[in-house]
Amino acid sequence: MIYQGKQKIWSEYQKDIPADGWFYVRSCIRQNFFPASEKYFLAICRDLLGHDIFETEHHTTCGGIAYHSDTIPQETAMTIVARQFALMTEAGYKNLVTSCITSFGNYTEILETWREFPELEARIRENLWKATRREFDKPEYVAHASDLVYKYRNEIAERAHFRLVDKHTGKPLRIVEHIGCHYSKMFPHKGIGGAEYPCVLSGMVESWGGEVVDYPERRHCCGFGFRQYLVKANRGYSVSNTHKKFESMEPYHPDAIVTNCPGCPYFLDRWQYVISEQTGKTYGRDGFGIPVLTYEELAGLVLGYDPWDLGLQLHQVAAEPLLDKLGVEYDPDAKYLGVNKENLMKPELPSVLKCF
Amino acid sequence: MDSRIILIIGGGVAGMEAAKQLRLLGHRPVIVEKSDHLGGHVAAWHKLFPDMMSASSLIEKLSESLDGVTVYLKTHVSNMNRLKDGYNVTLSNGEGLQCAAVLIASGFRLFDASKKEEYGYGVYDHVITNADLEYWFNTGEDERVPDNPGTVAFVHCVGSRDLKAGNPQCSKVCCMTATKQAMEMKERFPGADVWCFYMDLRLFGKKYEDFYINAQRDYGVHFVRGRVSEVSEDIDGRVVLKAEDTLAGRQVKLKTDLLVLMSGMLCNEDTSSLASMVHADVDSDGFMRSRDNIYRINESNKAGIFFAGACTGTKTVPETVAEARAAALDIHNYLNGNA
Repeated sequence: MIYQGKQKIWSEYQKDIPADGWFYVRSCIRQNFFPASEKYFLAICRDLLGHDIFETEHHTTCGGIAYHSDTIPQETAMTIVARQFALMTEAGYKNLVTSCITSFGNYTEILETWREFPELEARIRENLWKATRREFDKPEYVAHASDLVYKYRNEIAERAHFRLVDKHTGKPLRIVEHIGCHYSKMFPHKGIGGAEYPCVLSGMVESWGGEVVDYPERRHCCGFGFRQYLVKANRGYSVSNTHKKFESMEPYHPDAIVTNCPGCPYFLDRWQYVISEQTGKTYGRDGFGIPVLTYEELAGLVLGYDPWDLGLQLHQVAAEPLLDKLGVEYDPDAKYLGVNKENLMKPELPSVLKCF
Repeated sequence: MDSRIILIIGGGVAGMEAAKQLRLLGHRPVIVEKSDHLGGHVAAWHKLFPDMMSASSLIEKLSESLDGVTVYLKTHVSNMNRLKDGYNVTLSNGEGLQCAAVLIASGFRLFDASKKEEYGYGVYDHVITNADLEYWFNTGEDERVPDNPGTVAFVHCVGSRDLKAGNPQCSKVCCMTATKQAMEMKERFPGADVWCFYMDLRLFGKKYEDFYINAQRDYGVHFVRGRVSEVSEDIDGRVVLKAEDTLAGRQVKLKTDLLVLMSGMLCNEDTSSLASMVHADVDSDGFMRSRDNIYRINESNKAGIFFAGACTGTKTVPETVAEARAAALDIHNYLNGNA
């Protein structure tokens, strides 16, 4: 691997990311999968680092998940997005940052479509006016939340409690980065690092002391692929894709996987359980799986937040081996206590995949 | 002005052959070449299809016939002005000359394979181009070529017939060059499995079809009809490529010790600036525009400006040599009032 070759490509795919003045739109599914991630995006970027990021309780789904599942036409998704833009305009913001990769792809695709077909934009403006009496300005910048964390990565590194280093060996942790398909595969110039060698997550990992694993199936789908999973008959295809990725990364013995998509961490995490039950195989050491984190969770760990506050107890794969390598202190008895010490109840443990 | 002086821009095969012919016809050709050597791309090549003629022997033969031809190396044309009966030319070395006609033989450049990011040129350790492999054939120097490869793969049409790369034209020589290089690799490494991934095989020339059949039958080269979609590297540093075999209707995943990308031919960077100096036209593919593409390929739309070789489009070496001879005769006739 010629690292300078990647750097050359990265230099051609850098995008302008203002530091402040962002209108934040959440994902419609992440709060169920990884409930603390969006909370800690704001806790880190807005409250800790002091950047101007605003959100309103009035925003809704962007419609992207329905559009990509072929259940609504694109004009409907466009009108939903137009309403989000109207909320941003009413709040006095000009830059839009999305929590979800599919939302990011959806917003980007719609803006590009309107650029090519202005008459369609005019029709959507009319639809929105008829439905809600709202008007909107288009955002000056659209970013994914991982773009902002990438931009702030060195600020986070300066405040780090832990580096991505194995405290027992002193060596950098080996991290697999997995980019959501809708981040830059549709529009390579909209993603940091482009489509083939994105550096939005690898940049974070390297800034925080880790080592990025590049393996043959790095670009392959996580297994979600919308209809691969949403159509029940296709779920074998979904898990086989995930299986292919784990078989490919196995020789590198990664310590963790970091992702920037709602679906990817969910499927890479949960399918490890299914694969272990079906094949008896696990991919971490000593019967554990490979922990799969969102970039907010990884940033939170680096900054010293409590892993259970970050929601790591809601992962299928045990995070404890990673916490031990990092040197993060945690209370095993508090793992299944939620907000205000509410008992979440310990789940039934898998028969193969080792968990606590 | 000496009406016998002909400026030839470019000292590749076309420029050298045209200079020889113009000299034989009694003219005084002057070659201006921007690099430090004559012979162009062919000078860096190893063997030429379909006869496997040594490229260096061709360049030697062309060089031998340049007695009496003025050659400027590491020089380019800075400016050209139309005179009543010729052109006033300023060179980058500060010299000036007046010539009766100009032959543009500025050739082509190879597509930068790193622009096809999915193929990993410049990123993965064992990915090279057709030009890199020719250099290795000639010198044996390239650490990216393993000592005893068990598998070698070639990808055709890299940056050719590719709208996303901005190059819709076929490069014409890549199918045959890949076949030739595949056979050369089999000669050096008889135990190696050699694969060619192609879109179409365009084997239009004399002996080309025989050459291709020979590669399959006698050398055991595998040809797969399907484009490579992505390339990566495994933990041992081997190249992993994915493609679709569109004839068998199945996906192919291949681990190879060396991947060779057949970089296509593009117009030279200086084509538009040369054209603008003499108000000649540039075609939609970026190459020089001939007066027509059937009968007057060597002629521009401006009096006294002629073309030869790959400055007007992708060409094989035999086509380039033939065009150079034709251009020399066209210039001779033009200067003698017989055009």
